[in-house]
Amino acid sequence: MRGIEVFQEIIPLLKDEPVVHANGFICRESFALQDREENFYMIGSMGLASSIGLGVAICKPDRKVIVLDGDGNVLMAMGTLAMIGAEAPNNLVHVVIDNEVYESTGKQRSISNAVALEQVAKSSGYREALRVDKKEEIKPAFERLMNSEGPGFLLIKVEACFDPKTGRVTHTPEEIKERFMNTLLPH
Amino acid sequence: MSSFTSQIFIERLIQKNFNFFTGVPCSLLSGLISCLEEVEDAHYIPSVREDAAVGLCAGAYLSGSQPVLLMQNSGLGYCLNAFTSLNLIYRIPVLVIMSWRGQGGKDAPEHLIMGDISQKLLETAGMNYSVLKPENCDQVVEIALRKINEEKLPYTLLVEKGLFDERY
Ligand SMILES: Cc1ncc(C[n+]2csc(CCOP(=O)(O)OP(=O)(O)O)c2C)c(N)n1
Ligand SMILES: [Mg+2]
Repeated sequence: MRGIEVFQEIIPLLKDEPVVHANGFICRESFALQDREENFYMIGSMGLASSIGLGVAICKPDRKVIVLDGDGNVLMAMGTLAMIGAEAPNNLVHVVIDNEVYESTGKQRSISNAVALEQVAKSSGYREALRVDKKEEIKPAFERLMNSEGPGFLLIKVEACFDPKTGRVTHTPEEIKERFMNTLLPH
Repeated sequence: MSSFTSQIFIERLIQKNFNFFTGVPCSLLSGLISCLEEVEDAHYIPSVREDAAVGLCAGAYLSGSQPVLLMQNSGLGYCLNAFTSLNLIYRIPVLVIMSWRGQGGKDAPEHLIMGDISQKLLETAGMNYSVLKPENCDQVVEIALRKINEEKLPYTLLVEKGLFDERY
């Protein structure tokens, strides 16, 4: 399965959920396919999409919060998995697009081929941790986590084939923040 | 001695609408953290690393909360990338209460270099700060609030040894 297919499967399932994106291709691909005001594109601070998502989930208990993460990002901040497990917000769904490389910087290998991240999540205290490697498994797994008590973890194994021609996020960081915050205001 | 206690400072922060507290402990901040665990209208979330705490505070701010991050200056290195490539460019404020180990060259060896360069690092990164004293508390909290509310930027209060009651 190609990385882009993950977005093609998940985006149509989204309503108004805030989605915090890991840096690199994950931001860019999601932005290119469908820009949403509820998308927080984290263009720097590698590794922190998960802690940002945790902060949102804790402070907005009535919203389902999604983190779209990468294997390199997760490995850089593995302690945050423990924080999510310990805080255990039932409204957080943590999706990891695992291509076993740092694709954004030229496909250097990460070590996720040797580390079962879904087991790390499970033993860190996530309520449910699923691993899929076929496109048709994504929708049922994602919907299952969206409709059950979290925190949920969904590891999606993909091939490394993002298109390097994919554009960058064109909004300024302040614009990204303003729109994202507006979508989180109480209505 | 000093009537400036952890409790008075925490109450001041709560009174100024700070409502989200996280961090990684330092003995110099132990009184503050105990106090947060005791006070009814505060909730302290233990973070595993200072940069994760920066991310957590950013998420809280984006959701409309007013976050406070408690940390030792030894965690500043871990946070520089988060401060510069998240807080400063998105303008995501946070109040940082940072203990100043190694100040004046009198501390354990592991604190001496960072104690010497903490202020310079903050300045170089464009992170505004003040040294918190019992007599300037109200004033520096107001300065911090202006930075946070008007400029949407982080502000750091450096805490010297002996400022707060230490409990360990
Ligand atoms: C602290 C830090 N180190 C390195 C980089 C360079 N960098 C940007 S994206 C990226 C790869 C991220 O890997 P992963 O999360 O697996 O996402 P992928 O690129 O594979 O989609 C790296 C190493 C960075 N931005 N920040
Ligand atoms: Mg990757």
